[in-house]
Amino acid sequence: MEFIKFKNVDKTYKNGVNAVYNMNLEIKKGEFVFVIGASGSGKSTLIKMLYREEKPTNGEIYVGGINVARVKNSKVYKLRRKIGIVFQDYKLLPKLTVYENVAFALEIYGLPTDEVKRKVLKALDLVGLKSKVKSYPDQLSGGEQQRVAIARAIVNSPKLLICDEPTGNLDPDTSLEVMKVIEKINDLGTTIVMATHDREMVDKMKKRVVLLDNGKLVKDYEKGSYSNYEGV
Amino acid sequence: MRREVIVIMKAFRIISRNIRDGFKSVGRNLSLSIASISCITITLLIVAIALVVSYNVESVTKRVKQDFTIVTFVDNAASKEQIDNLTERIKKLDNIDNITHETKKEIASEMRDTSDSLSAIIDTWTDETNPLYDTLLVKVKDTQKISNTAKEIRKLNLVKDVKYGQGMVESLLSVFSAVEKGILITMVALVLVTLFLITNTIKITIFSRKREIEIMRLVGASNFSIKQPFVIEGFVLGFLGAIIPMGLTIYGYSALYGHFNGQLFSPFIKLVAAEPFVYVVSLVLLVLGVVVGMFGSYNAVRKYLKI
Repeated sequence: MEFIKFKNVDKTYKNGVNAVYNMNLEIKKGEFVFVIGASGSGKSTLIKMLYREEKPTNGEIYVGGINVARVKNSKVYKLRRKIGIVFQDYKLLPKLTVYENVAFALEIYGLPTDEVKRKVLKALDLVGLKSKVKSYPDQLSGGEQQRVAIARAIVNSPKLLICDEPTGNLDPDTSLEVMKVIEKINDLGTTIVMATHDREMVDKMKKRVVLLDNGKLVKDYEKGSYSNYEGV
Repeated sequence: MRREVIVIMKAFRIISRNIRDGFKSVGRNLSLSIASISCITITLLIVAIALVVSYNVESVTKRVKQDFTIVTFVDNAASKEQIDNLTERIKKLDNIDNITHETKKEIASEMRDTSDSLSAIIDTWTDETNPLYDTLLVKVKDTQKISNTAKEIRKLNLVKDVKYGQGMVESLLSVFSAVEKGILITMVALVLVTLFLITNTIKITIFSRKREIEIMRLVGASNFSIKQPFVIEGFVLGFLGAIIPMGLTIYGYSALYGHFNGQLFSPFIKLVAAEPFVYVVSLVLLVLGVVVGMFGSYNAVRKYLKI
């Protein structure tokens, strides 16, 4: 059974902009999917609908069996606890330390302090930042900050990790470093959906690629079949 | 059973963490916290002054009003029964609180005590030659209607004359009612301004933390657990802001009261006793600060939550 399913999804914003048009997409558990396309192609809207920041105008979106479109505003937090999200601008709290930033995502569930500590250190270890627990975000490099954000997203062991241009602010070497971390998380069984501009990296990673253009899904490349030099 | 214990433990941990975070963020956003606290302090100080002044004015007007009396002079031809009869008839009028009968003999003996020269004259009076009148001292319920009541009494038989400080009473009354209305309006306006100012200051504080709220939402914090630390923070801000106004009220008013010996300019204007008045006012200030702080935070956060 597919883990994520878009069924005839349309999204029209209040100002009349048609962002996504008749989208059908299925993603299996444990898959790693890139969503690519030019600016305004509907990538971000697709991602936002996955974590229910936006609601589809028509159609249904299932994430792990939940019809995301039907989730009430007051219950969105329950969905968010099942998924991890990583952004281009990291979205770390500057006044909290690395440890506190990651622990933040667990403390809201009321987990015991020792369990919080164990899980936070495990997540930071996974992204290779165990030594920076006491640092503040502005004392870290961009790549390190993004890794903290990834640690926060996965600390709760979500089944799905959503990434919206996670390497958009990073240089190629650092991007690769961050991508390695995300690939490692994928190897541990987490489904990954990533919107990106970085076609070269997509080319290197050899994963499934979904190409959007003007709000439509124009091509769905099987794992490894996408090539940057195809001339799309 | 075990499940319930776990749920309660979880809730307890969440609440205690939110209390910790509420206190922490007062310190972490120190400059904005100080802005909020000083705003609350200043407005509460003004409220404190208004409360003290209005309560004192209120107490003075109340005392003055209680002294308003219609003095009814009874014709000397009236017998004891006729006077009792008249008393009953006055009692039946509207707006009568109570009536005291003073015989002319009592009045004469009262006057005798006031000075030696008077007492020499009064001593020569007998019951027949006493030129004074029996009087009925009538207190009214509503002082606003005192002149109407006096007119009605004047119409009754055997009433020789009626005096109630005509003119003076009316002008005093209109001054009092104007002062009362003015104070009421000022108080309501002040409380509204306090609410507005504090809510706005806290809004600015929280606006700068829009991002924090956004991130909390993204990592799956429920609306309730997002609001809670902010509301607790509002409580802390309100509490800290109320400390100086409370201290000034308790020590300042007590000192003022002691300095003036409990009266202002003349024994006519008595100040309200310092205790327990200052404690009541402080309590009002504390409650106002805390409630407004919490309400302001709650309102400000709500703006950033999709509910």
